[in-house]
Amino acid sequence: DDKLLTEPLSHPDFFNVKELFSLKDLFDARVHLGHKKGCRHRFMEPYIFGCRLDHDIIDLDQTVQHLQLALNFTAHVAYRGGIILFVSRKRQFCHLIESTARACGEYAHTRFWQGGLLTNAHVQFGPGVRLPDLLIFLSTLNNVFEPHVAIRDAAKMNIPTVGVVDTNCNPCLITYPVPGNDDSPAAVELYCKLFRMTIIRAKDRRRQSEAVEELR
Amino acid sequence: TLRLIFTTTAVQRKNVGASGPEKYTEAFIKKQIEEFNLGKRHLANMMGEDPETFTQEDIDRAIAYLFPSGLFDKRARPMMKHPTEIFPEQRKIQWGEDGRPFHFLFYTGKQSYYSLMHDTYEKLLNVQKHQDQLIAQDLPLQREKRNLAGSRWLTKIELEEMLLEKVSDDDYSRFIQLLQKLVALPCAEIEEKYIQKFSKEVPAQLQKVVIEPLQYDERGVAFSTGEGKRKTASATAIVYDNGTGKITVNGIDILHYFPVLQDREQLLFPFQFLGRIGKHDMVCTVSGGGRSAQAGAIRLASAKALRSFVTEKEVEFMRQAGLLTVDPRVKERKKPGQEGPRRKFTWKKR
Repeated sequence: DDKLLTEPLSHPDFFNVKELFSLKDLFDARVHLGHKKGCRHRFMEPYIFGCRLDHDIIDLDQTVQHLQLALNFTAHVAYRGGIILFVSRKRQFCHLIESTARACGEYAHTRFWQGGLLTNAHVQFGPGVRLPDLLIFLSTLNNVFEPHVAIRDAAKMNIPTVGVVDTNCNPCLITYPVPGNDDSPAAVELYCKLFRMTIIRAKDRRRQSEAVEELR
Repeated sequence: TLRLIFTTTAVQRKNVGASGPEKYTEAFIKKQIEEFNLGKRHLANMMGEDPETFTQEDIDRAIAYLFPSGLFDKRARPMMKHPTEIFPEQRKIQWGEDGRPFHFLFYTGKQSYYSLMHDTYEKLLNVQKHQDQLIAQDLPLQREKRNLAGSRWLTKIELEEMLLEKVSDDDYSRFIQLLQKLVALPCAEIEEKYIQKFSKEVPAQLQKVVIEPLQYDERGVAFSTGEGKRKTASATAIVYDNGTGKITVNGIDILHYFPVLQDREQLLFPFQFLGRIGKHDMVCTVSGGGRSAQAGAIRLASAKALRSFVTEKEVEFMRQAGLLTVDPRVKERKKPGQEGPRRKFTWKKR
């Protein structure tokens, strides 16, 4: 059992997430498109490749690296049977994200975030609740263009976060930010597909390893 | 177990009341059901009856015999019922042994409501897809109008019962708006079964007042009956056709029964209104109330009886004149601290 948990940590890319996507896929899904120059957040400047006719372009090389780290992390969390919560406050993609979460066997929260969900969970849900072990933000802003409360709450509760940060978002409190577009349907569908494939892959790998261990 | 976060000792104190009513696990309920069945057999044995055919009524009788109680409230007396009736149907604990919740929307707080919204939206998308396919194949879209007049949506309370959790007014109105949007699409017939889960039949609305047809007695004279009430008096009137205008109350002529002109005017008003003063005979019985109340009751009874003799338009005129409405005024009750219903005690300055 100990070997099951320590073995993946020795490899840099145990689940081979690099092969799931390429720079061209990101470009085709319009992940590099940011908002206009006026909406730019100061802390996103290192991730921005340039500005053309007032439109910000996100540097896809950095995105590729960040995305690989993020996918690798989610794969490890899923391998160890952690609870993953997909969060987004974009109404367009609410249904898509909930279906993705259902397909993976994980959880989603694309609705109004009640204040004490993470910080007051034992009162809201009942004693003995297990909090999520990873939050994945497919859009870090809420409907009034302010940072989502869950980022701050996850940081308070020591829960790691993976988030797709657009040019108007604050990447500060997110553990694995992924600079990229969060508004286009093509981009969000690509992210959903990638997360779904990593989580399913990690879970299958876990079941295979457990079966192999039992045979011995 | 609590996560290590920066708190004070005051916050770490358990808030016992805030966690809501006690939640029962499925295993607990199952154990209770087994114990109940065993106890039922023991009880049947004790009473000398057959354990196989021991019904709930037999159990109640046996318990009432073995544990007699003089308490007034039936719910306080000892009872032995099936656990599903005792433990209220509520959410059992929502997560498994490893801590992972069962429902994928558990962390939203209102899982059944949001899953309902999710499913309804999925049906909406299906209908839109179907519509797009039909348009792509250039087929005409079906335009059958659903009968909206005979059905209503579920009320908020019924929805709460269905979902087993509280639904706020905003949430309820959003759900109804989504359903209406779904129904408004042309190809909504595909999801008819799903929509029927949330709509209810409204029973027949206004009961149209049936005017009874004329009856004929042995002499061949047409007559009809009517009943009326006013304050505490109730009256029945039988109006005969081809009459001379004779009116009898409890076997006594109205001149003797109602000496006051005002009461006789009340009696004659329906006939005067229809212009049929000398044409009908009337026999009435009346009981209860006082002089004026009896007069009003007979007036209403005779007006109701006259409906059968008269056209529908004249019935409508009678109704608008107020001849067919029951007078709802009754004696108002006396309140404490006052001398009568409205009169207060005399106010003395000192």
